[in-house]
Amino acid sequence: MPAVTETREAVEKLGQSTYKWGFETDIQMDLAPKGLNEDIVRLISARKNEPEWLLEWRLTAFRKWQSMKEPTWAKVSYPPIDYQDAHYYAAPRKKEGPKSLDEVDPELLKTYEKLGIPLHEQALLAGVELPEGETARPPVAVDAVFDSVSVVTTFRKTLEEAGVIFCPISEAVQEHPELVRKYLGSVVPVADNFYAALNSAVFTDGSFVYVPKGVRCPMELSTYFRINARNTGQFERTLIVVEDGASVSYLEGCTAPMRDENQLHAAVVELVAMEDASIKYSTVQNWYPGDSEGRGGIYNFVTKRGACRGARSKISWTQVETGSAITWKYPSCILQGDGSVGEFYSVAVTNNCQQADTGTKMIHIGRNTRSTIIAKTISAGRSDSTYRGLVRVQPKASGARNFTQCDSLLIGDECGAHTVPYIESRNMAARIEHEATTSKISEDQLFYCRQRGLSEEDAVGLIVNGFCRDVLKELPMEFAVEAQKLLQISLEGSVG
Amino acid sequence: MNAISKDMSGPLSSFAQRLNDVEGAERQAAIGALLRTGLPDRHVEAWKYTSLRPLSAQEFQAPPAQYDAAQAKSLLDNLLSQHDAVQALPRIVFVNGRFVKDLSLLPEGVDVSFFSQNSLTSDVQASPDRDPLVALNTALVDDGAILHVAKGADAGRVLLISLGVAGDTAISFHPRHSVVLEEGAHLALLSLSAGVGPYFHNPVTEVTVGESAKLYHTTLQTEGPQAIALATTYVQVAGHGVYNSFALGLGSLLSRHEVHARLNAPHAQLHVNGAQNLAEHQVGDITSVITHAASDCISRQTVRNVLDGHARGVFQGKVLVEQVAQKTDGYQMNQALLLSENAEIDAKPELEIYADDVRCSHGATVGALDDDQLFYMRSRGVPEAQARHILIAAFLDEALSLIEDETAQEYCRAMLAIRFSAERKAA
Repeated sequence: MPAVTETREAVEKLGQSTYKWGFETDIQMDLAPKGLNEDIVRLISARKNEPEWLLEWRLTAFRKWQSMKEPTWAKVSYPPIDYQDAHYYAAPRKKEGPKSLDEVDPELLKTYEKLGIPLHEQALLAGVELPEGETARPPVAVDAVFDSVSVVTTFRKTLEEAGVIFCPISEAVQEHPELVRKYLGSVVPVADNFYAALNSAVFTDGSFVYVPKGVRCPMELSTYFRINARNTGQFERTLIVVEDGASVSYLEGCTAPMRDENQLHAAVVELVAMEDASIKYSTVQNWYPGDSEGRGGIYNFVTKRGACRGARSKISWTQVETGSAITWKYPSCILQGDGSVGEFYSVAVTNNCQQADTGTKMIHIGRNTRSTIIAKTISAGRSDSTYRGLVRVQPKASGARNFTQCDSLLIGDECGAHTVPYIESRNMAARIEHEATTSKISEDQLFYCRQRGLSEEDAVGLIVNGFCRDVLKELPMEFAVEAQKLLQISLEGSVG
Repeated sequence: MNAISKDMSGPLSSFAQRLNDVEGAERQAAIGALLRTGLPDRHVEAWKYTSLRPLSAQEFQAPPAQYDAAQAKSLLDNLLSQHDAVQALPRIVFVNGRFVKDLSLLPEGVDVSFFSQNSLTSDVQASPDRDPLVALNTALVDDGAILHVAKGADAGRVLLISLGVAGDTAISFHPRHSVVLEEGAHLALLSLSAGVGPYFHNPVTEVTVGESAKLYHTTLQTEGPQAIALATTYVQVAGHGVYNSFALGLGSLLSRHEVHARLNAPHAQLHVNGAQNLAEHQVGDITSVITHAASDCISRQTVRNVLDGHARGVFQGKVLVEQVAQKTDGYQMNQALLLSENAEIDAKPELEIYADDVRCSHGATVGALDDDQLFYMRSRGVPEAQARHILIAAFLDEALSLIEDETAQEYCRAMLAIRFSAERKAA
């Protein structure tokens, strides 16, 4: 089988340098001492000028975290993490006075330039709006997170006019404490799980979005995460609240510089959708996956959950996961409001020694709630990829409906693909359908493409993109192109 | 001695006295394994949906030497009278876990022997270290049938019958069966179980299907309404061998039918099908782990659940494809019909795949009776109750049609019909 030989050769060729975005920005850092104790929690809180209630909230989380155990049920393995051997606070050196774009550290701007992705439009980053009619696409507001502190937020004004609050969560704590206090931890309680508790204790920054009643957010909101400093775990906290009849589309994307030591990333994202509200949350995750031997790479242990509190509300998660050494992530929907809708569209690609255990939870509580799960998993190299999902129908969720489709594609005979769905129904008037398949790229399809002159790599790229089409088409336009590119880059060298 | 009983907490304490009296190195080792893990609670992933707490409710005594013989006879007659074809079949009958010669009719084509008190030998597949229920069985086993079918022999049909006859005190019995088919051998085995009173039936069965051999194994569980029946079966299949099984669960307060099947050589086949029809407060668990350890093997699994009243059905099905198992063809389907507001199904179909040239799929559906189908029947003058009954019967019948052995299939149908008519009378 020439294809197999070619594949093997290509895999062997795949060296260290395939991570295009591995670079480190040299900015002076403001670091807290290594280790984690109540003093560090107090220090973080003090640095951020936080009110007393938030400090208490953090301390509660920290105390609960101390009594919790790291979860071991996921199908991932890694050496034990020393939680005391990391800095829990790192901020880019602050400059005096209010920030404007000109004052942004040029190193930082260069970093974004190298990323070459949705921050691509310099005009956007510089805050220059194109005249109406000339806009090729709807503008994107960017809240750039550079390590732990949001440095710059664009488009604040346009959003303010619409009544939308989009700012770093640390700022929201100062300016909209009533909103933050009301919703923070209301979807993911402080002691929800080990990593969420850790995040609650030490989160440094993240985004806050509030869309008031009846407002359709005039632009897509976007945050770019970067993990930059050596040995700083990053603990993002995102909170999005969308009031009755309002809607928002949020994009989250990330690339991280190349480095050797494993880094922990334990983010928490909370979404709240009230009556008739809709939230679309899209992620492209492309953190450093480690080298071909599995050295280094990001540990991505994320808790993402959305609450459809109001009737007919809708939360839709779309994710393209190509990076990280280990992914542990289950964006979920609590479908509480009658007729609310939850969606989960996912593409997870693992190569080399990556491990991914990802999926979703759909908790049907209200009547006539609906959920759709489409998960596409692609494993190559020596990687392991698991879909783990839960569909639970509570006794009162009459008329609930779920459709789940999980497809796995294996490239090479050293990787693994696993599917672990949990289906629990306690209502006779609910309907649940689940289907899953695992296969390799069909020889026929490959042959068809090769026969028409496509190289094997292009052919595989085409087939993989087709395999993921159901998910990619859910991405906002800005992301769709990038995601397709990412898929190809992630699988580079894994096929002949 | 007392140290042991002190360590026994939870459901295990229900057996403390008897475990204290156990002798023999192998049994002691099994107790050691048990003490390390205890009986599983719901924090153990494999027992996430089924709680063994009902075992804690009472202490289980060793079955007394004497039992109500008339009761046993009537249970047996009741099982045999349901279908003409089974009456004359050779049968191996156990009462309270011990072989009873008077009730049996030993087969000719099969070499039958029995586990005596001290000849606990076969731990080839069922290891006390891996499975606490196997450990409990190993520690307390009294008896069991060892069936051996010689090379190339067609042993026809054999009934393996377990009767539980308990009086006022709860008893438990832990038979250990073994079925070995040599190369090219054939056997159709029907495992039947029934009983009265409070008892715990904990059988472990080890099956070895030789090269090109074929075993049809149909299990019909009609244990008594107070019974707890936790059955574990280990199966290994050699090249071109076929293990074709079906488990129909109707009885017990709490039951678990757990199968660990392993395809050991190329072109082996597994069919691990099943159905259960539960009502009231019954809990029925169908769990399987199918391991493809060789290339070009086929596994098929279809499980259907009908749940009424407060019944809860559990399905856990794992298909593991090892790296060597290229060209694997695996299919798994679990379907549940919920007939009442209080019924519940928990399903976990699982694929774990390490080979790339495979075709594996699974599906699961959960729902109520189809309104359109009901309407179709009612618009043709079929009363609602009857229409529902027809649809439910059809749903299960489709599963029963997977039973390859015709006699077994007809027998299961007959038993299901009896269950339905009893339900209708109750209604």
